[in-house]
Parts: sequence; structure tokens; C-alpha cells
Amino acid sequence: MTTYNDFVIRFANVNGSGSASANGMFAKALFRMGIPVATRNIFPSNIQGLPTWFEVRASEKGYLGRREGVDIMVAMNAETYEEDLASIVPGGFLLHDNSQGGDRRLNRKDINDLGIPLSKLVQSEFEDPKQRQLFKNIVYLGALSALLNIDFEIITGMVSAQYKGKDDLIQPNITAMEIGRSYAHDYMDSPLPIQARASEGVGNRILIDGNAAAALGAIYGGATICAWYPITPSTSMAEAFEQHASRLRVDPDTKRKNYAVIQAEDELAAMGIVIGAGWNGARAFTATSGPGLSLMTEFLGLAYFAEIPAVLFDIQRAGPSTGMPTRTQQADLLSAAYASHGDTRHPLLFPASPKECFDFAASSLDLADRLQTPIIVLSDLELGMNDNLSEPFTWDDERCYDRGKVLSRESLEEISEFGRYLDIDGDGIGYRTLPGTHPTKGAFFTRGTSRDEYAVYTESPEAYTANMDRLLKKWDTAKTIVPTPEIVNGDAQAGIIYFGTTAMPMDEALDRLSDDGIHLDTMRLRAFPFGEAVEAFIDQHEILFVAEQNRDAQMRTLLVNELEIDPARFISILYYGGFSISADTIHEQILAYYTDHNLPRLKEVQS
Amino acid sequence: MTYVSKPEIHHPLLKVNEIGLNRRNYEGSVSTLCAGCGHDSVSAAIVQACSELSIPPHRFLKISGIGCSSKTPSYFLGNSHGFNSVHGRMPSVATGANLANRDMYCVGVSGDGDSASIGLGQFAHIVRRKINMLYIVDNNGTYGLTKGQFSATNDLGSTSKKGAPTLYSPIDMVSIALQIGAGFVARSFSGDKRQLVPLIKAGIMHKGFAFIDVISPCVLFNNHAGSTKSYDYVREHTEHVIDADVVLPHEEITVDYEPGTSESVNMPDGSRLHLNKLSNDYDPFDRVKALSHVQEAQERGEVVTGLLYVSRDPHDCHEILDTTDIPLNALEESVLCPGAGKLADLNQSFR
Repeated sequence: MTTYNDFVIRFANVNGSGSASANGMFAKALFRMGIPVATRNIFPSNIQGLPTWFEVRASEKGYLGRREGVDIMVAMNAETYEEDLASIVPGGFLLHDNSQGGDRRLNRKDINDLGIPLSKLVQSEFEDPKQRQLFKNIVYLGALSALLNIDFEIITGMVSAQYKGKDDLIQPNITAMEIGRSYAHDYMDSPLPIQARASEGVGNRILIDGNAAAALGAIYGGATICAWYPITPSTSMAEAFEQHASRLRVDPDTKRKNYAVIQAEDELAAMGIVIGAGWNGARAFTATSGPGLSLMTEFLGLAYFAEIPAVLFDIQRAGPSTGMPTRTQQADLLSAAYASHGDTRHPLLFPASPKECFDFAASSLDLADRLQTPIIVLSDLELGMNDNLSEPFTWDDERCYDRGKVLSRESLEEISEFGRYLDIDGDGIGYRTLPGTHPTKGAFFTRGTSRDEYAVYTESPEAYTANMDRLLKKWDTAKTIVPTPEIVNGDAQAGIIYFGTTAMPMDEALDRLSDDGIHLDTMRLRAFPFGEAVEAFIDQHEILFVAEQNRDAQMRTLLVNELEIDPARFISILYYGGFSISADTIHEQILAYYTDHNLPRLKEVQS
Repeated sequence: MTYVSKPEIHHPLLKVNEIGLNRRNYEGSVSTLCAGCGHDSVSAAIVQACSELSIPPHRFLKISGIGCSSKTPSYFLGNSHGFNSVHGRMPSVATGANLANRDMYCVGVSGDGDSASIGLGQFAHIVRRKINMLYIVDNNGTYGLTKGQFSATNDLGSTSKKGAPTLYSPIDMVSIALQIGAGFVARSFSGDKRQLVPLIKAGIMHKGFAFIDVISPCVLFNNHAGSTKSYDYVREHTEHVIDADVVLPHEEITVDYEPGTSESVNMPDGSRLHLNKLSNDYDPFDRVKALSHVQEAQERGEVVTGLLYVSRDPHDCHEILDTTDIPLNALEESVLCPGAGKLADLNQSFR
């Protein structure tokens, strides 16, 4: 029986061998056939010579999270061959270079052998050793087009587009692809029972990585200054900002830049630049990952107390140092929420798709100006560095930036007195002035906590306490304006709470649970602090799962701590192995909980 | 309560500058530093310099880190926005502030603890980036607020109040600034107002990064015999090389200098930088020779003061980045946001 548009293919390569572009074309071809795809790049902290994997999941149903098990393995790396072989599902396929001859399935006789003499084929066609290496990837791409019945014109069209202007590269690539395609046609059982076919599944969606989406959102949101320090997996956001800005933010007449990007000497300086710019009225952001967040925490505390707008994107990764940091996690929650010394807390945003990266990048700049405080957007490697299917970006031309409470020269003329930290509106947010606004009114001295409502230095306990209490009032205001959770409430007894990329496999996990007679209401958190809707959802459900990608159940801690809820009410669903959480993990852990606790289901499992 | 506001009574004969303001309009609150602190002389010099330049006080940004020196921006330019930031991090905050609005004059005040230890990295990089500002280090060789620990600029062998010698080699910020390529490098002494005020004026008007290392004795912890940062030591071991002053576009050169050779350099705003050479063989336009002169003097235990180096072709960060003339913080939403139509094209490019 042939299945269509439902498979996981994994390419096992050596990094630096030129496989990324061929593999990317493979995914893009499926996408252009209208098939929903998800891509995952699993790469080492290295430039050349170490194992790297690229996984593509095609799913007519639109399941874009990670699924365990590989249907087709393109095994091009001898070093990882055994583990690659082991990850293939029974009945799956092994594509490999059989130039040396022989069946290479070893002990896996339950899988199908797709041997192609890749080395021999490229040696007979190409002279240049570098081309021979690169075109091995293109030959297997050609073979896959035949094996999976992928529209060949789409792929060759992509080659032509990719090397536009370098015509001498186009023909050799197409030749290599045709060699692979012919070989598969002539010597293999093409097409396989696993196939691609044109679909309407993609609709008008786009394929983009979250970092590029966030960079574009920052441009639309009016950021003019980006200060950053290179760190995987956030680097591509700053680079994408500069790239987009060089096209979208250049003065049409003078060709000069309406933006500034500074690659700082370290993360401390990057945050300092953002805070200096925010203090002086320019929208600014930085992009970093966990270790950078740690380095920025001193400045985050100052910005919290000095009440300066700033935006920080933390593209989360696994742990410190090198190695696992090229893997994904959601483990900076607590260090971001309470970053710094003294009583500090910061609003967090949790994007779950490139569209949300775009939206939150723009709205975080508004929130920072409105709340006069740092806003931290918590993305992760899974979302930030992989091409993800996403709703297209939208922008309402009627929308106006919310620049918050900033007094103009005219308003300074009108008011009788200015006090930077006076809570005139009762929302905990004072009015600020930008340097240079008025010759004699509105100047103030910015410092940490030792100040009164008029920004005058004092160490008075009353003034300190009043200020700290006002900051809490501002926190309450934040609860009412940060993005609300996305709730699907079907009056189930149990609910599941999750956020960010844990959303990616959630639909699939919920469908599988539903097949098992387990129906869950869902709440996808989109921001911290938690507003009324979050509390209501928790109140409404007897059993509550919290799914997240870290060891210490950090979101659960945040919920317990902030809402003063009995910790026993939350059951943690955790994954922290460095890959993105899979539908299988969520499904199995919840099913096990129901089984262990003899909880009722709506129907008996059919087995 | 450590904040004291000053009475707003002006002497009727107080001199008025070109924009109708007197020196009192450039002052801040009353200093809370120790009586006799060199830093107060630096603040007074900044007040006089800004007043003489006739720049409206609200066009200045004053930014500092943490320490005695970093408290001083409260004591000058009361009608300017000030930012007392994080220890050693003034350079990055100043960088962000300057990127946001290139039209403001920026004065950063730091100390030797703030800039030569915790902030040495940020100092080096702001020099590289040529941020348009005047960066002053009130250099007293000691940590005053934490009661007298040595700082990294204290000379090897220079002693503490109790007689313990400094064990490590000093970091000379002037040499670092010269080496990395600051366009304007000077050293002065808080006790020499006649030299310091014109240098501050020149540093403010300089395009790009201007650095002045001001030896500013700490009366409480580093002003004893045995210290090389005391009033007495500095007075006895100073070599003046170049005095400098800014001559505004329509002004005549009237400053009364010691005899020597003079030279004028045009500045971007139409004013001129007037240089008076006190030592005939010193060339203030030769960065490499300036560096060796400073280092040689240091070997002898001498302190070279005056304008040590100025670039004939100065640049600033906005020029390097090619940013627009309009301050980035003043760009309209219509300029910043590419709009929905453009976004539709972008969406299509991701298909």
C-alpha cells in the first residue's frame, strides 16, 4: 500500500561537506508541491568534519512536531552509520553509497536497501575532486526525486534560481541530479511505496526560520539599533536584521542607513548599548542565548529599576559551554523571569511560530516603551534556526507604534511640575523625558533605586519602599497588556499547559490521546506575567499537565510561585534531551499517568 | 539625606555667555565628595568649559559608571539628562545613547577603578568605535568609596597610606587610548585649571572620541608622601607639552600662553583648535611618537600633560556606520516601517 505525504527522512552527513544546500532544496521542493513540511537541523559545535543530521518531516495532516523513528535514512556518514541504521523504523528504507558493493543493512534485515554507487557515478562524470564531493549530495537528491516521485521541474527550477547569474554552475548541478534520477529509474524500484504528491496542505503559508522572522518583526516594530555578540543559536537573528535593514531601512535619496548595528565586545556591552539607546529614545534590541542572558543580568536589573525600555531575544539552547549548546531547550525561564539582583521581574513573551516571532518582535518594542522596562522574548533553537511552516506575516498600516509615556517639549511647557517617577495615572508608570527635549524643564538624573519621585537622590526607607510598591503596580498593569494565552476549552476534566515550541507536536499528541479516550483542554501560554485567563483555566480543571523542555519544570515553578497554587496540582511532562519534544513523548507520559492512576477515559482503547 | 540643592541667587555681575547664560546655569547640585577632592575641580572645569562654549546645557548627555568620579555628573549641568549606570559599563551606555541621537554632546565621567579594571574591555572598544564624546577619567589611583584599595593605574611601588607598596605594573590609559587610535588624547591635572578647561572645551568640540586622563588626587586615601598620585608629586613631576584651546568661529585668539610656537587646526563646526607648543620638539599630530614620549616619561617617573595627540582627520562612529543625519530616535514611523504592501512581497519570497 502506498502512503502519500507522510514520512520522516533524515540525512546523515559530515558537516562541511556541502550537504546543507542539497538537503534544503529537498525540503523546499516538498513545500513547493504544497506539502506541509518541518525541517530540523541537528548540528555539532564545529565547522568541518563532525556528524550533522538534517531531518525533514512531511505531513499531509500538518503535524509539524518531531516524531520518533525515521522512514528513510540517507546514510552518508560512516562514523554514525550504526546509530543511523538503528533509528530506521521496521520496513523503512536505507539509502547509502554502495560503490564498494554489498548489502550494508548489517543486522537490519527488516529494512529495505537502497544502495546507489554515488562515488562511482560522480567519478565518471566529474573531474574536480571538490565537485565530486559536492555532487554526491546532488546525485542522491536526483535519486530521491525519482524514488519519492517529487516533481523534477520544481527541483531543477530551484537550482536555476539558486545559481542565478552563475550559469556555469547550473548545468553541472542539473546533470548530477539527472544522473541520480536515471539511476533510480533504471536500477531501483521507483517510486517507493512512500511517496510525495502535490497537495493543498500548505495553503498560503510560508517557510522561514524564527530568527529571520523575529528580525523582520524588529524592523517593522521600529527598532533602529541592534547590539549583539555572536552566540549560537541567536547569531542569525542579528545577521538577518542587518540583512533586511540593508534593503528595507536605507534612505532612498542619500542611501544612508536609518539603523545601526553594533557587534559588541561581549554580551554585557551589547545590553549596555541597548539600554543607552532606550534611555535616549531609540528602539533597540539584543539577541543572545543562555550564557549571554547570564552576562546581561546586571544590566537587566539596572534597567528594571531605572525603568528603561529594552528588548532582549533569548534564543534558548541546552546548557553552558560547547557541544549540547547546538541543541534546543526551554531552560532559561527562571533565569529570565527573575534576572538580576534585588527584587526584579521581567515580562516574558513565548513565540511558538515564525509568525509569532514576527508579531512578538514588533509588539515587544511597544511593550518595552509602554512599560518602561526590559521585555525578554524567549524563543529557542528549534524555532529560531530551523525553517518552519508559518502563517504569512501581516501588518496593519493603520497600526501606530505605542511609544509610551514620553513628554514632548509642548507638554513640558503645559505641566506645572515634572516628576519622573510620579504615578499620575495610577498604573504604576511615570512619564519620562528624552534628553535634549526642553532647555529648562524635564531634565532628570537616572540611577538605580536611590531616588524619590522627582528622581532626586535619597536613601530614605519610605521613598525606597514606595518606589518598589509602585513597580509592583506596574507589574499588575503588565498583566493586562501582555499577549493573552491561547485556550481551547471543551469542558474536559483535564487540561494541558504549554508554551513556545512545545506547541509544535501538541496537535499530534492530542489526537493520539484522543484516540486513547483521553481528551484534554489546552492552554498555550504566550506571556508572563500571567493574567486572569491563566488563573481561570487553572481553576476550571481538576487535572493539569504542564509540558515543557527542561529538567526542573521551570514553568510549573513560575505558575506555583506567581499564582500561589498548590504544586501538587500540576503534573509535569518533561523532555530535556536536546532534541525538540516529540508527540511520542507527550503521548506516552500522559498515557502512563492515566494508566498509573486508573483515571477514567471516554472510551476503552481499541487494541 | 545627601542631596543639597543650591540657592538660585546669582551675583548681578556674573559674566553672561553668548546665549545669555552664566556659569551658574551650568552647575549641578552641591557636591557630596570629600573637601579638597580633585574630582570637584574637574566638575568645576567642566562647568566653566561648557559655559564658555555657549552650548545650551540641555544639549549635553552626562553619563558615568560607578565610583566617586561617577557621582560627579550630579554636580554639573543640572539642566542636562544624566545617567549613573553600572560599574565599568559607562562606555556601552554612552555608545547606545550616542547611536540614538548623534546631535547631543556627550560627556562621560569615569574613574580609574571604573575604566582601568572592570571596564577596561569596554574602554578599549569605545576607543575603537570612535564614539563622538568626551571621555574623562578622574584618575586618583585608588578606590575611594570602598576606602582606599589600590587601583590598576597606581604606579608600581607607589604606597598606600599605611606604607604598603603597589605590587603590579600600572595600566596607563593614555597609552592604551593612543595605541587603539583615539582621535584626541590628553592628560591633565585637576590642580591645573588653566590647562584643563581649554582641554575640556577642545575635547567636547572634537569629532569622534576624545579622551582626557585627569590626575585627580584622593585627599583621603592617596595624597601622602609615597604616593605618585598626590598633589605634591604631580606638581613636582609634570612636563607640559602642548596647551590647547578652542577658538569659536568669530573669536580672536586672545589666550595668554607661555612663549612657544603656535598652530591652529580647523574643526568641523567652523571653530579652530589652537595649539601652543611648550616643548618645541613635540609633534601632537604624530601618534606613534606621542606614545613613545609618554612611555619614556613614565619610565622616568614623570607625568606628561597637555594635548598629547590630535588627529588632523578625525572620524566618528556614525560616519563609520554611514547612518543618516537625522537622529535615529527622531525617525518617523513612516520611515521606520516598510508597510503592509512590502510585507506581501516579503511573504512571497518565503514561498
